[in-house]
Amino acid sequence: MEIVSWLWNIQSGATLGVIWGIMGLGLYLTYRVLNYADLTVDGSLTLGGAISAVYVAAGVQPIVAILLATFGGMMAGLVTGLLHTKLRIPDLLAGILTQFALYTVNLRIMGKANFGLLNQTTIFSQLKDLGIPSKWVGLIVGLVFVVILIILVYCFFGTEIGCALRATGNNPDMVKAMGGNTKVYIMLGLIVGNGLVAMSGGMLAQYQGYADINMGVGTIVIGLASIMIGEVLFSKRTYFHRLAGVIIGSVVYRIIIAIVLRISMNSNFIVKITADDMKLITAIIVIIALVAPDMKDRFLSKFAKEGK
Amino acid sequence: MLEISHVYKSFNIGTPVQKDALMDVNLKLNEGDFVTIIGGNGAGKSTMLNAVAGVFEVEKGKITIDGTDVTKFPEYKRAKYIGRVFQDPLRGTAGDMWIEENLAMALRRGKTRSFVWGISNKEREQFVELLKHLDLGLEDRLDSKVGLLSGGQRQALTLLMATIKKPQLLLLDEHTAALDPKTAKKVLEITQRVVEEHNLTTLMVTHNMKDAIKYGNRLIMMHNGTIIYDVSGEEKKNLHVSDLLAKFEQVSGGEFANDRMMLAN
Repeated sequence: MEIVSWLWNIQSGATLGVIWGIMGLGLYLTYRVLNYADLTVDGSLTLGGAISAVYVAAGVQPIVAILLATFGGMMAGLVTGLLHTKLRIPDLLAGILTQFALYTVNLRIMGKANFGLLNQTTIFSQLKDLGIPSKWVGLIVGLVFVVILIILVYCFFGTEIGCALRATGNNPDMVKAMGGNTKVYIMLGLIVGNGLVAMSGGMLAQYQGYADINMGVGTIVIGLASIMIGEVLFSKRTYFHRLAGVIIGSVVYRIIIAIVLRISMNSNFIVKITADDMKLITAIIVIIALVAPDMKDRFLSKFAKEGK
Repeated sequence: MLEISHVYKSFNIGTPVQKDALMDVNLKLNEGDFVTIIGGNGAGKSTMLNAVAGVFEVEKGKITIDGTDVTKFPEYKRAKYIGRVFQDPLRGTAGDMWIEENLAMALRRGKTRSFVWGISNKEREQFVELLKHLDLGLEDRLDSKVGLLSGGQRQALTLLMATIKKPQLLLLDEHTAALDPKTAKKVLEITQRVVEEHNLTTLMVTHNMKDAIKYGNRLIMMHNGTIIYDVSGEEKKNLHVSDLLAKFEQVSGGEFANDRMMLAN
């Protein structure tokens, strides 16, 4: 029975990974594609959660609440974009300022630091009512969203505008020389990216049954962890691989966390590991993922030399 | 075609290191003019090209292209009229993107971009034809990343991108300076061919006086932010490097031509 309970732990980790993976897609768009380190995300994830929770509690259709959350995130991205392109505030600072301001906005939306959704109709409870086992609804809803989003983002990258957006992250001088307004593409990337992050937050609030003012803390680091784990595990061949890699990375990250928590639950370490220790562990995971490709190259080249 | 009148541009205004880069520059190009620009370091050659391209706004003066006053246009809006190749081979192309994606971007220069998906097969055929013409073996590599190409290949590709949609004006800013002599020669030959084929109005900055004499129908020399010498036609054809050096010594007050210009010969 032990093994079955382990598998359920891993399954629930995977569910969280898929839902948080949508945030990873958004961060991938700004951080990797646009080459913009956008710190708005910590605030826009919470914003999504807050909007989604408040509307669900008001009796709005859960899916509509998620779309409204997405829209809220897009507006947060727009603000960061305007701060950066119109007022010429450096990228990191523009994101930090929006994130900071969002703390107040999020508190105002919820009216309190923690907004519970006990016995409310959520997108997950609706599926449960259709007869889908409750342990699987999270994963199913998450996967449906993720598949649709990956297809949409992939198609977007292939359009003229998507192509110009990718080029903006790669070489803005070239885009300007080709008549593209890089400011517009930076704003577009931030809008879509933060929309996805808030969508993830909106789903998360409905999944866990509450929105919390601190739910977005560390979003950027978790997103980076997902992106980097995905890149270490998955090839960078096509955008399909890369986008799917972000989701896989997010799932692997959550499974690692689930396993660490599970082990610590039953054992007597000198220090008992709790959910509060996850931030340190996450930072270590990101550091390992950052260093791993470089280490691999060095190891391989050393190996090749010794082989001769 | 291009008309620059009384253009001034200074950098670091009001500081001890103020640099008056352009001082009352006046230039009028006729349709099909291929002008080479020479001058020492800091003479204002690149600054003039950047002023035309709209990299910055000028303090005073007016720039018109084909009758349109573009003085207040931002860089991306002027791109509708202008094709550019930079000195740095990395600047003109997106290295992480495919050759065909770069060319597709170039084909849409100055056009409003939309959510239309993909690159059509007809466009791909056009790219293959044009790349064949470059004769660098790039025609089978449409889906190679541009970052994998050599500097010479990247400059040739940038040149193709600058001209794939015929520009009213082509700006070449020392586009062969970062290449080895053999590759530089090849890229210059391609430049000559493309400019003649499309009868492009062209401004080419070079530090090589032989090239400045060999290519184009008109030559201008800049010094201290102004144009001090302007020759065309027969007179230009009969120029020798020694004439240019003499001219250069004369304007720089008897000082010897700077090392870079000397070495270039």
